[in-house]
Amino acid sequence: MASVKLPESKIQELKEVCQKYDNKGSELINVLHGAQELFGYLPAEVQEIIADELNVSVAHVYGVVTFYSFFSMLPKGRNPISICMGTACYVRGAEKVLDEFKRILNVKVGETTGDGKFSLSCLRCVGACGLAPVVTIGERVYGRVSADDVKKILSEYA
Amino acid sequence: MDIVKLTIDDKPVVVERGTTLLEAAKSIGINIPTLCYMKLEDLNFENKPGGCRVCVVEVEGRRNLAPACKTECSEGMVVHSHTVRVINARRTVMELILSDHPAECLTCAKSGNCDLQSMAQKLGIRELHYKGEQSRYKGDKSPAIIREMDKCIMCRRCETACNDVQTVGVLSAINRGFESVVAPAFEMDLDKSSCTYCGQCVAVCPTAALTERDSTWKVVEAIVNPQKTVIVQTAPAVRAALGEAFGMEPGTLVTGKMVAALKKLGFDYVFDTDFAADLTIMEEGAEILDRLSRHLNGDKEVKLPILTSCCPGWVKFFEHHFPEMIDIPSTAKSPQQMFGAIAKSYFAQQLKKKREDLVVVSVMPCLAKKYECTREEFQVNGDPDVNLSISTRELANLIRNANLDFGKLTDEDFDNPLGESTGASVIFGTTGGVIEAAVRSAYEMFTEKKLEKVDFMELRGMDGIRKASVDFDGLPINIGIAHGLGNARKLLEDIKAGKSEFHAIEIMACPGGCIGGGGQPYHHGDVEILKKRQKAIYAEDAGKPIRKSHENPYIQKLYKEFLGKPLSDKSHELLHTHYFDRKSKIEINQE
Repeated sequence: MASVKLPESKIQELKEVCQKYDNKGSELINVLHGAQELFGYLPAEVQEIIADELNVSVAHVYGVVTFYSFFSMLPKGRNPISICMGTACYVRGAEKVLDEFKRILNVKVGETTGDGKFSLSCLRCVGACGLAPVVTIGERVYGRVSADDVKKILSEYA
Repeated sequence: MDIVKLTIDDKPVVVERGTTLLEAAKSIGINIPTLCYMKLEDLNFENKPGGCRVCVVEVEGRRNLAPACKTECSEGMVVHSHTVRVINARRTVMELILSDHPAECLTCAKSGNCDLQSMAQKLGIRELHYKGEQSRYKGDKSPAIIREMDKCIMCRRCETACNDVQTVGVLSAINRGFESVVAPAFEMDLDKSSCTYCGQCVAVCPTAALTERDSTWKVVEAIVNPQKTVIVQTAPAVRAALGEAFGMEPGTLVTGKMVAALKKLGFDYVFDTDFAADLTIMEEGAEILDRLSRHLNGDKEVKLPILTSCCPGWVKFFEHHFPEMIDIPSTAKSPQQMFGAIAKSYFAQQLKKKREDLVVVSVMPCLAKKYECTREEFQVNGDPDVNLSISTRELANLIRNANLDFGKLTDEDFDNPLGESTGASVIFGTTGGVIEAAVRSAYEMFTEKKLEKVDFMELRGMDGIRKASVDFDGLPINIGIAHGLGNARKLLEDIKAGKSEFHAIEIMACPGGCIGGGGQPYHHGDVEILKKRQKAIYAEDAGKPIRKSHENPYIQKLYKEFLGKPLSDKSHELLHTHYFDRKSKIEINQE
């Protein structure tokens, strides 16, 4: 288990999130959403605090975190990359684009590069199907991306 | 009462509304096959995720087959439990489950006791038509429990035991779909988690996904080593269950045959943990009286209620979950550890041997005992007081390996001096027994009068939490009993909130006490077996010439020759222990 030191002010905020939902075990998913908003991800320590606050087992919390793909236990990179796998993007070769990102960055979907620079995830439709396949990095949107473009795109963040 | 009428396999049946098809069928003698389902009547254990679908039946007018364990009866239902469609569905389900199961039956620890294997047999599976990917998970070997999750069929029984019954909360289903597996948080190994090693997950696991850490071969190696004197001790609950492994009726007492078997296996001395249970009563009883009299004399510092401490699962539970209360339980070691400490001091002296030359083996109904004997505070210069702990099941395997015809063995007696015991020590094997044994001795020590009636029926039974008041010559002593850690938690919460009115509480981690331990022959969901074992324990007690621990002549001799008196310095050194705060700590970065 990675040991992350949480600042006390953040822990207080996390406890407030739990209190907002009356520290009810049945509100676990809402609390996890709030916690992920707060920390950007859900490290083990955060899950332990939530378990303690809601009086549920930490195994149960971890079970829910690992069930839903929305929840992540890995911190997002400074430049979070999302590849649209919606129907339009998919049929126009999004998978090849994704494979190229995976190959160059040497990470799987949901992971972050060792230097913390990039993280890779997939999403379903950003509403720009005319630009398919679409890739977003942070706030920037790249359209009609091909596998050949990937290297050039990444070099913008060197 | 709101009732519904229906027919199952052309038989009319009337049941209370809310009854499942499975229960209704059972009430008229139709046993619908089940796999993931398990219900332990009276023990607060009901596992019916409806996941495996082996129990499907055909309901007229319903398009899909219905899982009998989850479907409630309704008025006028017409149910068929074994049509061709049903049988085909069950076989398909079974084949799909088996397609993701390692076919290692020949060498599997659970072979012959596996619910999956017997269901495949029952449904006549001879061929697997589905070939697909197989789940692969990392193994996990703790001192007591082995997890081999490749063999898990996701029945979720272990989760029900760990969470609903024991409230330990170590196990949960994690991930999703094909990747899902039952695991501790963050997939940490059990020895890093707050697992108590109670072994109730092992007791209900249908396959070998969860088994005990097997030490039988280490025992054999010790026996054949000419440098070692090998001593065995057997816990009270073993003799009430071992016979089941050899096809005997549950509740058959096999004390004499067990002793005979152990002697034939080559142990140098066959002793009884019961002797150490009598010793526990001497120490724990004295501690109860000490705290009680200080309390009666107005000492506000004294901690009451006193809690028993002979169950290692329970000890680890309060160390993890109630660390602020670690000064409440008795400091008396468990009988297993008292035995080890005495064997490697007092008895080693008698033999004129060094403690390192002795190997103490315990036979326990328990898996937590395997962990307990590895705890550092129970070692002297790295030499453990108890070297190896094996379960009732492992002893049965040893007996089988040695080709002994168990049922035909002639009864033999334990060796002395550590083999003599009283009826009080025997009942340690069932819920309520430890406190009844303590009361028998504490009464006489406190009132200095002879206790005429030694049977305290008010302390016996199977209710999860029991309360009784015992009259100590005009002074009512309030006794609490809990078995199953979920029940224990309730009593502890009361103590924490200052609401407890008890003077003394007995706690056993396993439902039923040690008779229902995680190392006992598998009960396969039949609670009656536990009740029969309990009956056998009380029968053994009733048949003993001496029934109070302090009247055990060898215990008296031990104090006279070696220990002095209960709670003496020597007793404290050898027979008492201390506990640790094991609550997981979150590192906080001070800003």
